[in-house]
Amino acid sequence: MIQIQNVSLAYGDRPVLRDISLSLTERRIAVIGANGSGKSSFARLLNGLVLPTSGNVIVDGLNTRDNGKDIRRKVGFVFQNPDNQIVFPVVEEDLAFGMKNLGFSKDKIAERVNEILTRYDMLELREHPAHLLSGGQKQLLAISGVLVMEPAIVVLDEPTTLLDLRNRRRIARALDALEQTVIHVTHDLDVIAGYDRAIVIDDGRVAIDDTPAQAIPAYQRLMS
Amino acid sequence: MLDLYSPGTSVLHRLPPAPKLLALMIGATVMFLNENLLLTAAAAMAVLALYLLAQLSLKQALAQLRPLVWIFAIFFVLQWVFSGLELAAYVVLRLAALILLASLVTLTTRSSDMIDTLTRALRILKPIGANPAKIGLAISLALRFIPVLAQITADVREAQKARGLERSVIAVAMPVAIRTLKMADDISDAIESRGYRP
Amino acid sequence: MDTKSIVYIALFAALTAALGLMPPIAFAGLGLPPITAQSLGVMLAGAVAGARRGGFALLLFIALAAVGLPLLAGGRGGIGVFFGASGGFLLAWPLSAAFIGWLLGRDRGASFVTMALYIALGGIVVMYAIGIPWMALVGKLGLTKAMAIMVAYIPGDLVKVVLATMIARGLRRAFPNL
Repeated sequence: MIQIQNVSLAYGDRPVLRDISLSLTERRIAVIGANGSGKSSFARLLNGLVLPTSGNVIVDGLNTRDNGKDIRRKVGFVFQNPDNQIVFPVVEEDLAFGMKNLGFSKDKIAERVNEILTRYDMLELREHPAHLLSGGQKQLLAISGVLVMEPAIVVLDEPTTLLDLRNRRRIARALDALEQTVIHVTHDLDVIAGYDRAIVIDDGRVAIDDTPAQAIPAYQRLMS
Repeated sequence: MLDLYSPGTSVLHRLPPAPKLLALMIGATVMFLNENLLLTAAAAMAVLALYLLAQLSLKQALAQLRPLVWIFAIFFVLQWVFSGLELAAYVVLRLAALILLASLVTLTTRSSDMIDTLTRALRILKPIGANPAKIGLAISLALRFIPVLAQITADVREAQKARGLERSVIAVAMPVAIRTLKMADDISDAIESRGYRP
Repeated sequence: MDTKSIVYIALFAALTAALGLMPPIAFAGLGLPPITAQSLGVMLAGAVAGARRGGFALLLFIALAAVGLPLLAGGRGGIGVFFGASGGFLLAWPLSAAFIGWLLGRDRGASFVTMALYIALGGIVVMYAIGIPWMALVGKLGLTKAMAIMVAYIPGDLVKVVLATMIARGLRRAFPNL
């Protein structure tokens, strides 16, 4: 569970988020909002990549201010552009990176890398250079790189924005199948229809917080 | 990753990088110290023989020298005019032999093996504050992002072509550099999100 | 060294490699050697990433070229290029970048002309100070003759200094936190 307590965030003297308080308990949460609304910064607060200017973000009882390392282990993060997230030249090296940082044994790493490559039907890509993968494969690799660390919560910042329709659906299916809690920042309103909760951020505030069935039409009215 | 390595199974291919690098250093030093034209010519022949031993063709050997044809010509003419034919021949032969020898190491050694040797060698610098794990990460990141930036450069050139600007250095280098700097924050966030602690 | 520094070092090494892919610009008819955009990477690394990050970025770049990756303009690489006539210039790159970064680090508000001067000091003076003696050594030329050869490169390098200054200033405007 993530608790956001009176959080405000400013970059220099530019306010980005204004006094947000939320308790995130559902398994599938969507965060939507216009470009520049502050939703990306909101996502980065959740695993301590960004610390609030005031207020606190509490993940399973731990404050992101003091427990960065433990929280990043609990909360995985997937970025919009997989090219910025894949940090090793070869698929299997990249998958192993996070687990190596957590100090897992070689055998355990190999086992989980195998497992995840099998799950996403990428076993034959094990020794493939990452830059030769297709856009959809790259994003699956980026997600897999996070999943091998077995986080309890996965935060995704517009993971489908750069993809074509077919790959969007592929990623959406992969997300739906996850056991983890998913917090998904997106512009892709089709994908989140089945989610438990949708939060609309507008101008740094929570404008709407409801089920997708209610929130999506309200968001569309807000934007028009 | 693209590599100048030329696959093969010869003795030279199987030799680990460290002795080859050591031999190169010794060979280069000797060639610099030696002032005798005949010995230099013999050394150049010996290096060519090593190419054959490495199952490389003489064509491959010549290809190593091709980018330097102009500099060879300039050196040769200058030395001939000012110091005579013998010195001109000596200088060009020595340069050719040195480059052939160094290229031989490159052609018979995978760059990944060379990088491993390099990172292992850097461990001796630990006492003065070098961190082999960080150097290893920097190397991997560079290998990962060279093709990414090469692709970005190609994309930007194509976009500028539409405006007739693909040969303008500023119109290409500026957007590529901006994209590079934009990526930097995300990449370091991504690395730290995955549990990396510097 | 923090994660961000490691990322900058890797990215500026990669940027220098990518700039090597731009076709060289020929000064047609002037009889001058063509200039490649690659040493622009050296100047930008120093001017934008700073002394430490820029210097290490170029050190990483030449190390990767030396181990056999074809990263130098025209797809060249390997140890051989360092023994060639221009080997000294390549070896000077890390120092050039570090020197440019150091000068600019001491004078953050440098004007266009001052900045261009700093970039020229690192990107031309330091580079030639190491490259020319090396060239004289491998060609047994004597410094004067080696210098005479390099005169032909000065106009191209001056063009690069101006380009690097323009780009670095543009980048500093786009990223005020640099």
